[in-house]
Amino acid sequence: MEKKWEEMSVDEKQEAQFQKLLTPKDPEGNDLKFQSPEADANYKARINRIKDAVQLKKTPDRVPVTILPSMFPYLNAGMTIEEAMYDYDKCTAAFKKFILEFKPDINIGASGPGPGKFYEVLDYKLYSWPGHGVAPEHSYQCNEGEYMKAEEYDLLITDPSFYFRNFYLPRVFGALEGFTMLPPLTNILEMYGVAFNFIPYALPPVQGAYKALFEAGAEALKWAMAMGGSDVELKSLGFPNILGGFTKAPFDVIGDTLRGTRGIMVDMYRQPDKLLKAMEALVPIMIGMGISASQQTGNPQIFMPLHKGADGFLSDEQFKKFYWPTFKAVMVGLIEGGCIPFPALEGHWESRLKVIKDIPKGKTIWMVDQTDMAKAKETLGKNACLVGNVPSSMLGLATPDDVKTYCKKLIDTASKGGGFIMSNGAFFDKAKPENVKAMVDFTKEYGVYK
Amino acid sequence: MAGKLAKLLSDLKEQEALAFVDKALGEGVDAMELLGDTKEAMNIVGQRFASEEYFIPDLVFSGEILKGIIKKLEPHLKKGEEEERLGKVIIGTVAGDIHDIGKDLVAFMLDVNGFEVLDLGIDVPVQKFVDTVKETGTKVVGLSGFLTLAFDSMKDTVDAIEAAGLRNDVKIMIGGGQMDEQVRDFTGADAYGKDAMAAVKLAQGWIGG
Repeated sequence: MEKKWEEMSVDEKQEAQFQKLLTPKDPEGNDLKFQSPEADANYKARINRIKDAVQLKKTPDRVPVTILPSMFPYLNAGMTIEEAMYDYDKCTAAFKKFILEFKPDINIGASGPGPGKFYEVLDYKLYSWPGHGVAPEHSYQCNEGEYMKAEEYDLLITDPSFYFRNFYLPRVFGALEGFTMLPPLTNILEMYGVAFNFIPYALPPVQGAYKALFEAGAEALKWAMAMGGSDVELKSLGFPNILGGFTKAPFDVIGDTLRGTRGIMVDMYRQPDKLLKAMEALVPIMIGMGISASQQTGNPQIFMPLHKGADGFLSDEQFKKFYWPTFKAVMVGLIEGGCIPFPALEGHWESRLKVIKDIPKGKTIWMVDQTDMAKAKETLGKNACLVGNVPSSMLGLATPDDVKTYCKKLIDTASKGGGFIMSNGAFFDKAKPENVKAMVDFTKEYGVYK
Repeated sequence: MAGKLAKLLSDLKEQEALAFVDKALGEGVDAMELLGDTKEAMNIVGQRFASEEYFIPDLVFSGEILKGIIKKLEPHLKKGEEEERLGKVIIGTVAGDIHDIGKDLVAFMLDVNGFEVLDLGIDVPVQKFVDTVKETGTKVVGLSGFLTLAFDSMKDTVDAIEAAGLRNDVKIMIGGGQMDEQVRDFTGADAYGKDAMAAVKLAQGWIGG
């Protein structure tokens, strides 16, 4: 008899996740129909290749290769980023062209540009995007700010959901201003007095916020249908996407979009205990965010973009005190939930390798940007699969021969014993297609394990 | 008493530094002298940053404490007592890119190292760089960018400075996220700096100081 999910060990959960990936379903729940026997075989070979690279139990048949682009697929298809954000069919068509042109082993789907109209409906202020603060041909970018004030830690720690709804959301979404008027849901207890809690829902600003939400939800669903359709089509052509969602390290949650870079750094001095307590409060929330996304999409890989833990951003001691403990706790929680954390070491992380190598073996994938790959392999690479690290400057400015030379060195350095996936090291918008092609094709040829 | 404020500020003792300034001003110490101490302190902070004893949070916090001190000193400073600056550096994040953390750190480090910094902000149009070089006669321009899209904007900016006949008058440095020597070569800039201290060293080499 099959074991229940809750009774499975961590290893069994991961195995079950890969088995699920190996027997893909269509949206109706039936076995996915591949477009050819070759696509079927390619799909399975690709999943097995990734599985071997992640688990570190045996070497795959060859070094897997992926491409982790930002807006490259859309620019490469000759459209502006604005078009990719507002025309979902154009967006998915460009992504399909990208996959068929370069044929990577796994991909991260076409959801990168996101639904432009949705952001418009909610009057999103946290980012500028084409037509809303940046030019049509440029990518969306974050507007740093103190969206959480220095004196609001207690509110965040006591009830994060209330804090997000009543303080954070109205500040980053103009259309959700009305949420500032809502009482906590935890006031709703028994018959006496229950109705008082619902009076705010009669007020025009609150009703306006909900109207915007209904519209935004409809737009998000329309977009998600397009993305889901694209995913199923690419799968049926043999190209898997195992990305299940994303979550963040608690230090980055607070440092990126709540307090901002300056805010969190000042808090490390002025109110370190509150900062630490808030990050601890965020641990189960960030674990839940990853696991629920994984359950929704059916994919185990959970992306974690890492920002403020990079070399230079913190001293060793600051890293060990403020960044690592809660980041590690989130990863461990995800692993226990059957997910495969996929942290991206953006920038340089050499000085952190000796700390971050302390993670469960064969359960994570790390995107390596500019960190020395030889050093990463000797440390983190003993316990984890590494993916990277062809530089953006090389893909954008060098020649295919330069790329091949770099990839050869990279394979010689990082692929020993498995646990390596060839890829670019940082999300990129612009590159020479022939360089991207050289990275993929050379790896397929040279990366075969003998 | 000289040096005490420099030590408190460079050791990042915010409360003690602010209390010291209040007390010193109350006792009639010259605000200019205290300002001199803060300058010494920021030099120490810069050195500690360069030797990797201090990191970005320490740098940011030193700036916060400095802001608080200057606010207390300002009413006591006479106009015209501004110190001599080493030279002007123009800095900005290039067109299409709105990232500012790296640029702000570079501007801050240049400022505390005695340069007059003209920060043009983010998403700076090519022509704005050209016009500002023309108007100010600056010798050093710093171009910041985080995205791969910034490669082209940097090149366009350097080309425009060249086309305006100003290229021989200025040194141009680039920095940020995905920048490296290969990008420098592509853009035609004079140097690539990997962090804020590298920018200071480049400016010192070009301007002096």
